[in-house]
Amino acid sequence: MPEAKYIAIDHPVQPEEKQYSYLNLGPTHPATHGIFQNVLKMDGEIIVDAVPTIGYIHRAFEKLAEHKPFYQVTPLTDRMNYCSSPINNLGWYMTVEKLLRINLPKRVDYLRIIVMELARITDHLVCNAVIGVDTGALTGFVYMFQQREHVYEIYEEICGARLTTNLGRIGGFERDFSPKAWAKLDKFLKEFPVVLKEFENLLVRNRIFMDRTIGIGGITSEKALNYSFTGPNLRAAGIDYDVRVAHPYSSYEDFDFVIPVGTNGDVYDRFMVRQEEMWQSLNIIKQAIKKLPEGPYHGDVPDFYLPPKEQVYDNMEALIYHFKIVMGETDVPKGEVYHCVEGGNGELGFYLISDGGRTPFRLHFRRPCFIYYQAYPEMIKGSMLSDAILTLSSMNVIAGELDA
Amino acid sequence: MESSKAEQIEKIIAALKEKYEDQVLLIESPYDFLTVSLRREKIVEIIDYLYHHPDTQFKFLTTLCGIHYPDQNSIVVMYQLHNLVTNQRIRLKIFLPENNLVTPTITSIFQGANWMERETYDFFGVVFEGHPNLTRILNVEEMIMFPMRKEFPVEDQVREDKNDMMFGR
Repeated sequence: MPEAKYIAIDHPVQPEEKQYSYLNLGPTHPATHGIFQNVLKMDGEIIVDAVPTIGYIHRAFEKLAEHKPFYQVTPLTDRMNYCSSPINNLGWYMTVEKLLRINLPKRVDYLRIIVMELARITDHLVCNAVIGVDTGALTGFVYMFQQREHVYEIYEEICGARLTTNLGRIGGFERDFSPKAWAKLDKFLKEFPVVLKEFENLLVRNRIFMDRTIGIGGITSEKALNYSFTGPNLRAAGIDYDVRVAHPYSSYEDFDFVIPVGTNGDVYDRFMVRQEEMWQSLNIIKQAIKKLPEGPYHGDVPDFYLPPKEQVYDNMEALIYHFKIVMGETDVPKGEVYHCVEGGNGELGFYLISDGGRTPFRLHFRRPCFIYYQAYPEMIKGSMLSDAILTLSSMNVIAGELDA
Repeated sequence: MESSKAEQIEKIIAALKEKYEDQVLLIESPYDFLTVSLRREKIVEIIDYLYHHPDTQFKFLTTLCGIHYPDQNSIVVMYQLHNLVTNQRIRLKIFLPENNLVTPTITSIFQGANWMERETYDFFGVVFEGHPNLTRILNVEEMIMFPMRKEFPVEDQVREDKNDMMFGR
């Protein structure tokens, strides 16, 4: 037997234990679009595990709300999902109105629907434009943000503010829509579909975009339900739950619209669901304008709705009401109410317990972002870092809503 | 439509009483929202039962939160479940005395309860036994208070430059 050419190694080298690298994604990473941190355990470019840390902009809204009269809670709600603050504002008013058992004229409901659908458009528009940016397509982003500006100008005509709107009052609106607001709304309704169509042409059947998004960051419908997903993220997974249909508020039952549903719950489906929802929102706004009844822009609730300023100066009752409302001295019934609206990200719930005092005894916000963001580590496990960024932006995680 | 809803609620109550009659403390319906107060011992079992029972099928956890009632020395944990098929909601409440804020976790049924329970722990100090990672979530780790309890003041009480007598609670 010839001598062995190679000497057998009798002490085989122990394979070194696999080395993982750890990467801090955030707290202030430009690609996370908000302040939250993820500590990623990486095997090369594959994510093995992720630990999210949140709470960087926690502002204790639930605690603050316990020390503020009802009408002063609104500015807090603005700052939750700041991409669609009018929905938060109006959702909060509707909660209080439910507690007080106030019925509003149809005109108020329809005006509210117009504003809420505009807000939904801006919310989805930001999310979808940013998905485009994260796949490397910056052009669509610029087109879409120009349109967001136009919506903010409409808000400005309605309430005077743009981002944190504090729009409306308990019992209606502070003023009717001005002719200028209507003109801007008409202009938007004419221009936006063109831009939206162009944006779709850029991305929807774009090979690069499809390759980047299809099958990425998916979640099954069972998992999505188990994680209490709501909104476009749940619908992308194939569950047709929409609060506007399931529990109609603000006369949504009068409108005819379609709930788009996805199948795979991946980034592409979420993108497409949001895209279709924008078309549906446009449709709802058009219907609302068409059907808009004449009438007052606020309900008949002198206990909560401020009287006109001229009356305050020469009418005793108006002066009393004015003082009582501003000081938060009007009586509210005891009770507990849960009211939910379809926010930009899903079921935005307000759980309000009143003990008859001037402030809420307890106010709990059901924040859709906070609830579905906990599924994020599971959704990105085994995917690449760049896909994790894409998953994050397609879930539309808004730091303000996450941390309240 | 209305009668069918009333029937649904009756069915739910019947299903609940069938097995857990002794656990039910109070059934009410404030603002048309079925609310059931329960004894604390079997809460996970009951939620699991309501999840699987064909008449109830509460397979969606909408939200979960704590409420502090200082005069009763108790903290309520509120679970809000939703049956997406029949579109029926239910609110379950358990009362925990302040000296024994321990209740089992429901993360085995709803994974989404994970962070909601962490939030409740963070703000009220309710300990959810068996929770995979019961740490503070929104507040800093070093915090020693449970800030949503009523005895915790919003502002530093030694401040003298502000007089809140006319404002706030």
